Amino acid sequence: MGAIRKPPRRQLPGPVQWMRENLFSSLFNSILTVVAIVLIYQTVVPFVGWAIVNAAWSGQGREACLPYADGACWPFIIERSGQIVYGFYEQAERWRVDVVFMLLGIGLAWLMMPRLPAKGAVGVVMLTVFPVAAFVLLVGGMGLPPVPVERWGGLMITLVVAVTGIVASLPLGILLALGRRSELPVVRGLSIAFIELWRGVPLITVLFMAANMLPLFMPDGMTINKLLSALIAVALFSSAYMAEVVRGGLQAVGKGQYEAAAALGLGYWRSMLFVILPQALRLCLPNIVGNFIGLMKDTSLVSIIGFLDLLGIIQSGNADADWATPNTAMTGYVFLGAVFWVICYSMSRYARALETKLQGGDAR
Amino acid sequence: MRFFPRSIAAALVAVAAFSGVAEASKSPTVERIKKNGFLRCGVNEGLTGFASPDAKGNWSGFDIDFCRALAAVILNDASKVRYTPTSAKVRFTALQSGEFDILSRNTTWTMSRDVQLGLEFIAATYYDGQGFMVPKSLKVTSAKQLNGATVCTNTGTTTELNLADYFRANNLKYKIVAFEKNAEVLAAYDNGRCDAYTTDASGLYAERLKLKKPADHVILPEIISKEPLGPAINHGDQPWGDVARWTLFALINAEELGVTSKNVDQMMKSPNPEIRRLLGVEGAFGESLGLSKDWAARAIRQVGNYGEIFERNLGQGSQLKIRRGVNALWNKGGVLYAPPIR
Amino acid sequence: MARPPAHRGRGARPRDVLYQALLLGAVAAVIAGMAWNASHALERQNIASGFGFLDNTAGFDIVQTLVAYDETATYGRVLLVGILNTLLVAVTGVVVATVLGLVIGIGQLSSNWLFARLCRAYVEILRNIPLLLQLFFWYFAVLRALPGPRESWSFLGSAFLNNRGLYLPKPLTGPGFEMVVLALGVGLIAAAILAHVRRRQREETGRAGPVLLPVLGLSLLPPLVALALAQFPVSFSWPALAGFDFEGGFTVLPELIALVVALSTYTASYIAEIVRAGIQGVPKGQIEASQALGLKRGEALRLVIIPQALRQIIPPLTSQYLNLTKNSSLAVAIAYPDLVSVFAGTTLNQTGQAIEIIAITMAVYLTFSLLTSAAMNAYNRRIALTER
Repeated sequence: MGAIRKPPRRQLPGPVQWMRENLFSSLFNSILTVVAIVLIYQTVVPFVGWAIVNAAWSGQGREACLPYADGACWPFIIERSGQIVYGFYEQAERWRVDVVFMLLGIGLAWLMMPRLPAKGAVGVVMLTVFPVAAFVLLVGGMGLPPVPVERWGGLMITLVVAVTGIVASLPLGILLALGRRSELPVVRGLSIAFIELWRGVPLITVLFMAANMLPLFMPDGMTINKLLSALIAVALFSSAYMAEVVRGGLQAVGKGQYEAAAALGLGYWRSMLFVILPQALRLCLPNIVGNFIGLMKDTSLVSIIGFLDLLGIIQSGNADADWATPNTAMTGYVFLGAVFWVICYSMSRYARALETKLQGGDAR
Repeated sequence: MRFFPRSIAAALVAVAAFSGVAEASKSPTVERIKKNGFLRCGVNEGLTGFASPDAKGNWSGFDIDFCRALAAVILNDASKVRYTPTSAKVRFTALQSGEFDILSRNTTWTMSRDVQLGLEFIAATYYDGQGFMVPKSLKVTSAKQLNGATVCTNTGTTTELNLADYFRANNLKYKIVAFEKNAEVLAAYDNGRCDAYTTDASGLYAERLKLKKPADHVILPEIISKEPLGPAINHGDQPWGDVARWTLFALINAEELGVTSKNVDQMMKSPNPEIRRLLGVEGAFGESLGLSKDWAARAIRQVGNYGEIFERNLGQGSQLKIRRGVNALWNKGGVLYAPPIR
Repeated sequence: MARPPAHRGRGARPRDVLYQALLLGAVAAVIAGMAWNASHALERQNIASGFGFLDNTAGFDIVQTLVAYDETATYGRVLLVGILNTLLVAVTGVVVATVLGLVIGIGQLSSNWLFARLCRAYVEILRNIPLLLQLFFWYFAVLRALPGPRESWSFLGSAFLNNRGLYLPKPLTGPGFEMVVLALGVGLIAAAILAHVRRRQREETGRAGPVLLPVLGLSLLPPLVALALAQFPVSFSWPALAGFDFEGGFTVLPELIALVVALSTYTASYIAEIVRAGIQGVPKGQIEASQALGLKRGEALRLVIIPQALRQIIPPLTSQYLNLTKNSSLAVAIAYPDLVSVFAGTTLNQTGQAIEIIAITMAVYLTFSLLTSAAMNAYNRRIALTER
């Protein structure tokens, strides 16, 4: 689709010629161009003015920002940067969070770089060893002093929720998708009920239930960590969506593959594991990444149930009397928007690249 | 932090305790607190003077100090508290489900909450009443002039109900905009979404400090309701209620008897039998609660008496400068009247 | 899509039956255990239970109600108010999101370089930022941009916009208005019958008679005539500044505006992608074939391309509508009185009956979702019939 819009490279037309062809080819087109220019002017110019030109960039406290009535209050973000990344995690122990971030970064980069070898092994390590290591590092134990979950916050809690959701929802989603396509009526029925139940209700009610009501359903005296309940809720919720994505992949695998696997004498689990699933997952990989993006964005809802995730920590900062300025809240939201955008947009670019690669593979 | 529930044995012990097999005076909640080594306390998400975290995440405030006193009483360390910030809306559900041991979150003691919600209020720690704040520019001097006004408040509070009662009783019209979090109410009010902000008077003083221009806002004289604020626990653990209730009474009695965090150790030598009983020099009151003799002395030493806690967080030692008023001792013109320890 | 061929013979094997029975038993045991724990806990803590609370007086006011409501109404009424407020946001949001999504989706394929880039940028920006964040952004942007009641922006002196909301004249109906409603109903039925007859005609004879004008006439004329006969039984309540605020008329809350803007701009970015994919999914050959048949460009679009694109667009579009409805529960963050806010929020807090209330709330959303799914499946079956 991109190829259609790109100006033809061969002729190298002059800019006037190009504009005539691409911007003013008809009356309607010219109107569109004018509309677009007005829209861009109306949004980009004030935004740049507010975010950069008229913004406060240095200083301490609200006094630094009050003179800049029509500009962002960046000192707020600068002063809070520690909290935005680590929440209230003990200063002396923050290196542990850094190590987890680094491990995650290296692992993801390895998986995404096309040339690096042993993707499968790295993937398995990321799904098994990494969560355990991250758990020990963040929570404490094995010689590390414990850091209570109440002190977690900011980017780190956002990533904990997102990564746990991703790691847990994929296997669960695959099982549910297989269950939904099973021949066994009870398995199929339960899978459908589970999937439709979670997909039919808003995440916020699910989170509310998990955070505030789950202990009611547990045996007396058994306590459950609030973060853990939220993580379980997010994982179950997104596994239902994941199941539907995987089901799409399973449906797209040709009938012949199923028949071939059966002809080889493979049983159900073997044929699924070695023949069908690898193909199905490959086919729906872009959609899986799409699902991850949704999950990443949904993490912001945990702020509603009282976690100081990225959004929660920014909001608690907004309520601070020391930073009471007309622009504090907006600065926080714009900054967070940029953070989320960078994370999600890079994921979506990756999904797009995968899609192109997969289509290229099929075309051969 | 422990991620996994404790062993099944612990659960069985708790079940056994509930079904009355264990010793009658033992509280499963207190036992659990001792075993965990910390008290779990549900507090406000951020209300200056009552409960607010500083930039490092350390909590302070009037409601916080009650939790700290309890931790001092049970664990001999006021810092062994884990705070769960909780919104007005979800606080009861969270308490009912056992997310924390005690809800110390400027919560109004009402009959329906005490009875229908299955809570047990310890006692009132602060007597408050609902008031209104308006911008000075509106030139309003009385709540009776608020006919047709838009009023911002917190959802899930008695405030919503009092507001409806008050305007109905005075035959006034109003529009309510109810937010879930204090910070959201404040932001909306500060951005001109409403004409008035209503909540407990103490809360108004606290929130006014956070406005862009606090001096431009005035708190109206009318107090339209009774708001006895106090900590609550779940129904069904009487001994735990006793510990919490008598901790509060000990703090109030300490003020009455002149025992402070500074002089508590000298007071141990006092000949006054009331002081001797309070500090555990005489009698076995601590043991009767399942604690040690010097239970109250620990709380007073580490946190201070009621008066010290009040002044530090809400009174002259704080930004709020709230006068004791009705919250003074009974013999100083207030209503604080703690039963004697004997 | 076809189901995978059976791996096993038709007959159920005993092992399968055993496994399934075990699974069913395990699930039932977990559910029963949880129910037992909860009921035990409620009893021990002396928490009220049951649905009797729905008949109790609520005692609080709600700022926007589509049905009659005051403090003396019951919690059951609060539930109804909440559902209607949620539906209001959902329906408005769906309409706006569809229009916006359609424009931007087609715009992405525009031959105008700048406009296409702009649409693309819109999609890429809005899709990759959490909705909750956008909601806060819009709410405070809306509140900050709008003036106070005394400095309201006025439109011809009859509609006003300020930070308390948008004030519009409200039509009030007088005696005889029922006739107008009745006439409208009759007209619509007649129009539907005509449209059906015309379609049958076209399918049988291949000749298309005029449809649009008669249908419009049939649906609009009778109510207009009835209006005239009843001597226009409609008057207006005009908003006017009184005291703190405008009185009279009809108020659109700023929370509603912010919520609809946030939901629809966000969902539009998804709809735009669906529309783009749908149009691009129609094979080129179809367009060439329709030209070869001698269809004009408009006819080709209407009769060949759009029906085929729709087949691909409608299913994901429905799930976006559903998402929008569920996302409207974020209203709770900006004080719009939707179902989650007034029922699963305020009512839950007053009554403390979390289990019952959350169960009702989830059941309501689940009903929306299952109804939509059912409609979707029916539609899918219909278009599947027309295949080959």
